Amino acid sequence: MCLSIPGKLIEKSEADGILLGKVQFGGIVKGVCMDLLPEANVGEYVLVHVGYAITQIDAAEARQNYEYMEMAGMLEGELAGFPDDARPTKIDAEKIPHSGEAMPRDGESS
Amino acid sequence: MSTPEITSLACPLPLPVKSHVVMGHGSGGKLSAELMRDIFLPAFGNPVLNELNDQASFTLAAGRVAFSTDSYVVKPLFFPGGGIGELAVYGTVNDLAVGGAEPQYLSAAFILEEGLPLETLRKVVEQMAAAARHAGVSIVTGDTKVVEKGSGDQLFITTAGIGVIPEGVNLGPMNVRAGDRILLSGPIGEHGVTILAQREGLQVGGDLKSDTAPLTELCRAVRKAAPGLRTMRDLTRGGLSSALNEISASARVGMAVEERSIPVAETVRGVCELFGLDPMYVANEGKMIAIVAAEDAEAALNAMRSVETGAQSQAIGTVTATRPGRVVMRTSFGTDRIVEMLSGDQLPRIC
Amino acid sequence: MKYLDEYRDERLFRTQLARLQQIAKHPWVLMEVCGGQTHTLVRYGIDELLPAGMEMVHGPGCPVCVTPVEIIDKAIALAERPETILVSYGDMMRVPGSKTDLLHVKALGGDVRMVYSPMDSIKIARENPTREVVFFGVGFETTAPANAMVAWQAKRLGLKNLSLLSSHVLVPPAVEMLLSSPSNRVQGLIAPGHVCAIMGTSEYEYLVNKYKVPIVIGGFEPVDLMEAIVMLAAQLEEGRAELENQYSRSVREDGNKKAQELIAEVFEVCDRKWRGLGEAPKSGMRLSEAYREFDAEIRFNLTDIKVDEPKECISALILQGLAKPKQCSAFGTRCTPESPLGAPMVSNEGACAAYYLYRRHSGEADEEAVSSGGGA
Repeated sequence: MCLSIPGKLIEKSEADGILLGKVQFGGIVKGVCMDLLPEANVGEYVLVHVGYAITQIDAAEARQNYEYMEMAGMLEGELAGFPDDARPTKIDAEKIPHSGEAMPRDGESS
Repeated sequence: MSTPEITSLACPLPLPVKSHVVMGHGSGGKLSAELMRDIFLPAFGNPVLNELNDQASFTLAAGRVAFSTDSYVVKPLFFPGGGIGELAVYGTVNDLAVGGAEPQYLSAAFILEEGLPLETLRKVVEQMAAAARHAGVSIVTGDTKVVEKGSGDQLFITTAGIGVIPEGVNLGPMNVRAGDRILLSGPIGEHGVTILAQREGLQVGGDLKSDTAPLTELCRAVRKAAPGLRTMRDLTRGGLSSALNEISASARVGMAVEERSIPVAETVRGVCELFGLDPMYVANEGKMIAIVAAEDAEAALNAMRSVETGAQSQAIGTVTATRPGRVVMRTSFGTDRIVEMLSGDQLPRIC
Repeated sequence: MKYLDEYRDERLFRTQLARLQQIAKHPWVLMEVCGGQTHTLVRYGIDELLPAGMEMVHGPGCPVCVTPVEIIDKAIALAERPETILVSYGDMMRVPGSKTDLLHVKALGGDVRMVYSPMDSIKIARENPTREVVFFGVGFETTAPANAMVAWQAKRLGLKNLSLLSSHVLVPPAVEMLLSSPSNRVQGLIAPGHVCAIMGTSEYEYLVNKYKVPIVIGGFEPVDLMEAIVMLAAQLEEGRAELENQYSRSVREDGNKKAQELIAEVFEVCDRKWRGLGEAPKSGMRLSEAYREFDAEIRFNLTDIKVDEPKECISALILQGLAKPKQCSAFGTRCTPESPLGAPMVSNEGACAAYYLYRRHSGEADEEAVSSGGGA
């Protein structure tokens, strides 16, 4: 029971004692309640569930995990015998796909 | 009550200016005539309608006649990309056009709720008139009834349309056979998501609007380019899924569609993700699918793309003989899933 | 969409699948707990791609499905009162009670309003001061804080016309019930990522230690789930039983402290009946003493109703992962999303509904589709 979508916090405000925020998902902006995550900063990515921001996305963790998956996938194929938890020492920042690049579709407007 | 003003030199009694619909507007008397004179005629005016008979009479070119009707109850009445007026005209025009017909005449019946501001009615009617001009049809007859406050949601419109099907054109699911290609005229889900965004107060970029549009030119282009055109269907409520499932069931064929090939705009996708909706089931108002013989697919697709309403057309799948009545989607991961007909409305989910 | 699209990347998915094919040598039985995870697995056909005879059984992670029939009947009773506005999530609208559902009650004139966020119930209460507004709050720990906010704000704002019909369930006790059952086949678990984003990871540490079962906290996108499956397979092949966190971008060990505090203030743990599973001790939440005045069941004197579930329904077996929907004699015929017999067919997340939507077995189900279809 968990449908939560990541979006970028672009604004914070307050009304009536309730902490509010505006989160951008793709091409839309939605007003959300920030009362469960008052410490989130504008510019951070947050997960939104039923109109509430519930947690921040840890960008560094995401990057590390993503790179590891990419590398581990390659290692399985190319370097048999290398331990699964080996992490590359050189991190290629260019390899992290940006929104929209990961799944190109015919005819989709950008 | 405001000071009465003289509104017509022909009528001996001074009538007060009204700003809202009242019960009398539906009684067929002077108030009804006022509505006709002040709102409907200036907008729809054409030789047939102007005769103001109980019926419209006209001669049709020889050929089979196509006849369709639909009712429009959308809320809100106006939204980015259009309003109930456009839907009421284009919806019926498109039902005719996808049958291979050239739409010509429409009727328009209104059920108005007591208290509806006349300005709102005027705006809707003017939108309908503009849409009719754009679609090349005339609104030649109609009716107005008024119901008590609380008995109707502001405004309901029913339009019926007549068109002529050219000689030799005989479309329908009975023509569909295994091997045929399925073509989609553009990105899905725009109308439904626009309405949802309005209702939920989402701030959207300027590109999210209803796709309501007349498809006559598009349908004509496909007809001309593809002698092997089997059938066409416009996507409305129930989305792409319904159109595919309906044809699949009527024609007793299976369908295999490629998820990757179905265009969905980024903004539409964002709203769908947020509310847990599947774009396959979201309403459209200006999209259609055409099923053509495989050898005509390329020509048909090019023809569709040459028309504005089909600029983003894609081939999305193939008709199969296996699993008749089933629409199967090849996911982007290479696995298959069934696109089931939805029962009832798709509701936003949190789960 | 950032942090979403990347985890649907097919190429990356396939590299994880390749890893799994290398690692997995035995037919491990795994369970994903959360309905959202089931949805993804079935929608993308991921469970059909598993090598070595590995099997995913679908857990009871659908709070909609497991909401007791009695609670739904209570929601319906409230909705049928003319002075009440019942506010509910979309998911609950079609769930059948013993006689009808909220959608039908709405059709017959009940004031039932569907919302995306519980915040909207506060707005509705303020806009309708002479009506009683009841928010039908269901969910796991993910949704509990947001639902709790309804009572918390009602108290702060002094809203006398707002109350909460609460049906909250806790995941760890339900998982414990499954793992401790003598017929349990599950050897590895994917824990619900968003529940853990709120509650942190310690409750699952306890389960790993007690049952010696590997648990991986997983996300909801295809790549997340595949990575979680890889991690479980690796543990099982190596004979380990540990708690690992695949969904580290969203889940921290401590979870969301503020949300946890709110839950602790507004709710208290209680025993709870799970539709299809029976009663699990300390597996639910009700309003705490300080917030009891906002409890709709007390405010409106709703008496208990006892209901028997249809005999043909094997949801108990399905929710425990002991049977697949296809094995039910009523699946797709007497039990469909339009007329569900039991819990797992009622919402998109239920295992039966997910199967029905995406993957019906061929045979008589197909015949029915052809004969009943057609017509605009």
